[in-house]
Amino acid sequence: MKSFTNANPRDVAHAVALSAQAHGANRSVSFAGGGSDLLALVKDRIVAPDVIVNLKTVKGLDQVAAAPGGLTVGALVTLDALDRHPVVRRDHAALAEAAGSVATPQIRNVGTIGGNICQRPWCWYYRNGFPCLKNGGNTCFSANGENQFHAIFGGGPSYIVHPSDTAPALVALDATFRVVGPAGERMVPAAEFFILPRDDAKRENVLAPDEILASVHVPAARRGTRSTYHKILDREAWTHAVVSAAIVLELEGGVCRLARIVLGGVAPVPWRVPEAERVLVGQRITPELAAQAGEAAVSGARPLAKNGYKVPLTRNLVRRTLVELAARA
Amino acid sequence: MVTVTVNVNGEPRTASVPPETTLLRLLREQFNLTGAKLGCDVGDCGACTVMVDGKSVNSCLMLAGQADGRDVLTIEGLATLERLHPLQEAFEQLGSLQCGFCGPGILMSAKALLDENPDPSEQDIRDALAGNLCRCTGYIKMIEAIQGVARADGARPAPKSA
Ligand SMILES: Cc1cc2nc3c(=O)[nH]c(=O)nc-3n(C[C@H](O)[C@H](O)[C@H](O)COP(=O)(O)OP(=O)(O)OC[C@H]3O[C@@H](n4cnc5c(N)ncnc54)[C@H](O)[C@@H]3O)c2cc1C
Repeated sequence: MKSFTNANPRDVAHAVALSAQAHGANRSVSFAGGGSDLLALVKDRIVAPDVIVNLKTVKGLDQVAAAPGGLTVGALVTLDALDRHPVVRRDHAALAEAAGSVATPQIRNVGTIGGNICQRPWCWYYRNGFPCLKNGGNTCFSANGENQFHAIFGGGPSYIVHPSDTAPALVALDATFRVVGPAGERMVPAAEFFILPRDDAKRENVLAPDEILASVHVPAARRGTRSTYHKILDREAWTHAVVSAAIVLELEGGVCRLARIVLGGVAPVPWRVPEAERVLVGQRITPELAAQAGEAAVSGARPLAKNGYKVPLTRNLVRRTLVELAARA
Repeated sequence: MVTVTVNVNGEPRTASVPPETTLLRLLREQFNLTGAKLGCDVGDCGACTVMVDGKSVNSCLMLAGQADGRDVLTIEGLATLERLHPLQEAFEQLGSLQCGFCGPGILMSAKALLDENPDPSEQDIRDALAGNLCRCTGYIKMIEAIQGVARADGARPAPKSA
């Protein structure tokens, strides 16, 4: 592995300052949460930081705490802790289920929610060092290449899919991210945190170089709300979603008052499908209605040469997940 | 260089290593604990699994510095001179391993599981082993061995350490 120096900040402001200081000295910097994504990228020479700012030494960011109007999840909370957290499981099942679906026990034990949200794409061209858009080049090799796992929505010029399992759940749960940088802090709605390649193909979110995702605020679940996360894999364990769906429903007397459906594995950002949500609002969720919502969810799909299979997969996943969620007690 | 002190299998050990040293390399090259294996080196195969503060982790994806001051349990810490760990005994009796390369990692994942959940279902065991690849056995005899140890341990509370 390339050599680097380790910086161990005391608090968030110190972490930001250490990063800005290193950049000021013309050194490249990466933040590390659990490091399960970052270290693989460094070993494969995809990123080559001179300094790694180790966020694990920041105190207090590893807590899930009650906050006005909801819950605050510190960026260093591990996926395993989220998966087991009783309040998260009860009130925000989609988030617990998404966290519990990531990778393997070993990775969930160290992987943080901040790192999960900010992980880099897992496109094989990017990870194998091709000079693609994500690696500073000017081509996306998947567009006319091996694109079986790439985007069917929102692609161009890059066709990566956003790899995070928790991101679709957080968008569906209407979470807000606290971002801290040299100029202070700002609150960014999860839905606005992720950016499409047509806006900037080099990065996946709005974070500027010295900015940190410090915590996630999940608003309290409204009465009658239920949520879930379903993930389709090409094997039984261990890997990113081929297609996933995070769905939040608010039901009143069996009638759907609000629906948020956010897809994973199909677009460069967590992909919300308002067309499908509109089918549901004001209605009772029957299997027929769920099938209509599934159709609506894929109405805007633009598959590439080798990923057309994701269209029926997405349609059926939305239908099945809706039926299962509506039937939950 | 960074100086790290890790409590390995109950004994404090210290070494000075370059900052990019992983916990796996620290264990293997500084402390001569070569039970944990270097397989894929990117978190796919689980051959490097050890326990840190009671949780299974890929030691190839953890920097040595991140383990500073923490409790690390490796396969070398399971058996005593007199006796194998019950999981090791069960694996031996059932012939759960073939080439054995994945064994130390599998056993540490199994131990982490039983420490937390002394009465796992078959699915719990499969989930616990999801991060450990074995290309010889097909896993069945490992699952049977772990179930056997869980049952034998029955009502007893899980031991805190090896
Ligand atoms: C075998 C394997 C399977 C995997 N399967 C999945 C899967 O199924 N689903 C999934 O979602 N992921 C998967 N991953 C990816 C990843 O390991 C996990 O998502 C993990 O949660 C990343 O968290 P971390 O804390 O280890 O991230 P790190 O490696 O520490 O960080 C990841 C990236 O985010 C940046 N970063 C970290 N924290 C912050 C912060 N607070 N603010 C700003 N930037 C930050 C880092 O600089 C880095 O670029 C898998 C990884 C492996 C190796």
